Amino acid sequence: MSVDVHPNVLTVLAGILGVLVTATLVVAVLGRIRPDKDRAEIRARIRSWWYMAGLFGLALVVERGWSLVFFGFLSYLALKEYLSLIPTRRADRRVLLWAYLAVPLQYLWIYMEWYGLFIIFVPVYLFLAMPMRMVLIGETEGFLRAAGTIHWGAMIAVFSIGHIAYLLVLPPSVNPNGAGPALVLFLVVLTQLNDVAQFMWGKALGRAKVMPTVSPNKTWGGLIGGIATTVGLAMLMYRFLTPFQAYEAAAAGLLIGVFGFVGDVVISALKRDLKVKDSGSLIPGHGGILDRLDSLTYTAPLFFHFTYYLYGA
Amino acid sequence: MNAFLRQAFFWLIIRPFVLIVTGLNVRHRERLPSDGPAIIIANHNSHLDTMVLMTLLPARLLRKTHPIAAADYFLSGRLRAWFALQIVGIIPIERSGRAPDTDPFAEVSAALGRGAIVIVFPEGSRGEPEQLATFKKGVAHLAKRHSGVPVVPIFMHGLGKVLPKGDWLPVPFFCDVFVGESLYGSEDHNGFINALSERVNVLAAEGKFPEWD
Repeated sequence: MSVDVHPNVLTVLAGILGVLVTATLVVAVLGRIRPDKDRAEIRARIRSWWYMAGLFGLALVVERGWSLVFFGFLSYLALKEYLSLIPTRRADRRVLLWAYLAVPLQYLWIYMEWYGLFIIFVPVYLFLAMPMRMVLIGETEGFLRAAGTIHWGAMIAVFSIGHIAYLLVLPPSVNPNGAGPALVLFLVVLTQLNDVAQFMWGKALGRAKVMPTVSPNKTWGGLIGGIATTVGLAMLMYRFLTPFQAYEAAAAGLLIGVFGFVGDVVISALKRDLKVKDSGSLIPGHGGILDRLDSLTYTAPLFFHFTYYLYGA
Repeated sequence: MNAFLRQAFFWLIIRPFVLIVTGLNVRHRERLPSDGPAIIIANHNSHLDTMVLMTLLPARLLRKTHPIAAADYFLSGRLRAWFALQIVGIIPIERSGRAPDTDPFAEVSAALGRGAIVIVFPEGSRGEPEQLATFKKGVAHLAKRHSGVPVVPIFMHGLGKVLPKGDWLPVPFFCDVFVGESLYGSEDHNGFINALSERVNVLAAEGKFPEWD
């Protein structure tokens, strides 16, 4: 079922494998040298990275239909996590099912490469359809809150995350260096490394806080160091994976660095409002699905439209 | 034959359903009994409660796990009775209208004697979804009679949202299952019931659950 995968995609996947092997070995060696320190948390994190990278890598090399099943399931899990986290009304059970139904439909449009419907289905049709269904139920107490919160979840989990999948189906005419899968790899690797880089830079030279009320651990040092690292990585990788010129790659790196941060703090604000620490417990050491996808909810649509504007259509 | 159907039902229908439609967040899984006899008690919000509890235990224990269920409800109708007895493996008990000198727990006691794991919902019925009702005393009698058998309290949240009483269409939600430390029966029935409710309430307080009305 494996279809012809571009060699550059395989090279970068092998690079990810190398990084994971290195991280696992480093933690194992540290465990031998200084066994007194508790490393259960970091071990759990790395083990989860193996699973996530493995599934993601697999999703990029299998036949397109199966890749879309993977990303569709990711959207479904994110939506389920969100709807389990927020207050919902018992009266809205059928409305929630409509929201769930949007997942297979949205991924069907992506499979059909029906761009026009993909781009308006959630923000227009689902936006109009759900309040209509709610009116038929007739419960007006808490109507606005329910309509607003359910649609926000669909936008984050189905529309935003769906952009990763549409990036995947972009043809080689958009990106001669590995088509859609290479662009997805570029986006996801940079977004995840941006998270890690911002965290590490923040530990190294962080003092002044960016937004103390939302996310007290985020510092200017971390933010700027992280963005610089991400721009640097974008410059290293673009020739392999994208159709970009150097200045476009730098702009893409900047976009991912800045808005990866924004996605992270937006989901942090949501969790703080709901008074939970993690969005779930599906990924040991990381939290829930939304904890891992938070930055991508911003970078995926923004990077997609950046690329689509420059090279699409 | 029915042992096979029972395994097939749990592996092909219930486990995939629990994995995909609900998704469980289990805390303190190590407190679950590793073998029978044991009495598992839990709060009751949905028909799914029994199914989920049965998937928590190791597969080898499925054949000796039996939910205790109301005879008047589950034995009404031939198909429902066959399904409840043969596939789910319930032990039916009479909620009311029993002859005065009969032992309502005779069958349950016999099963515990054979090393079974029985599941009891001391609230009596599913009641209002996601609201804890007071525990009935029956479980205290049972625990006293089998004072060497551990009683494992479990608190579940979310299954009443997935499939509440009176609805047939499941809606996906992540669900929580918190397992408490086991306790043993005593002479003091009220004291035992209070201790049991207290443990379930402590478990419930571990989670942060959004409103649902």
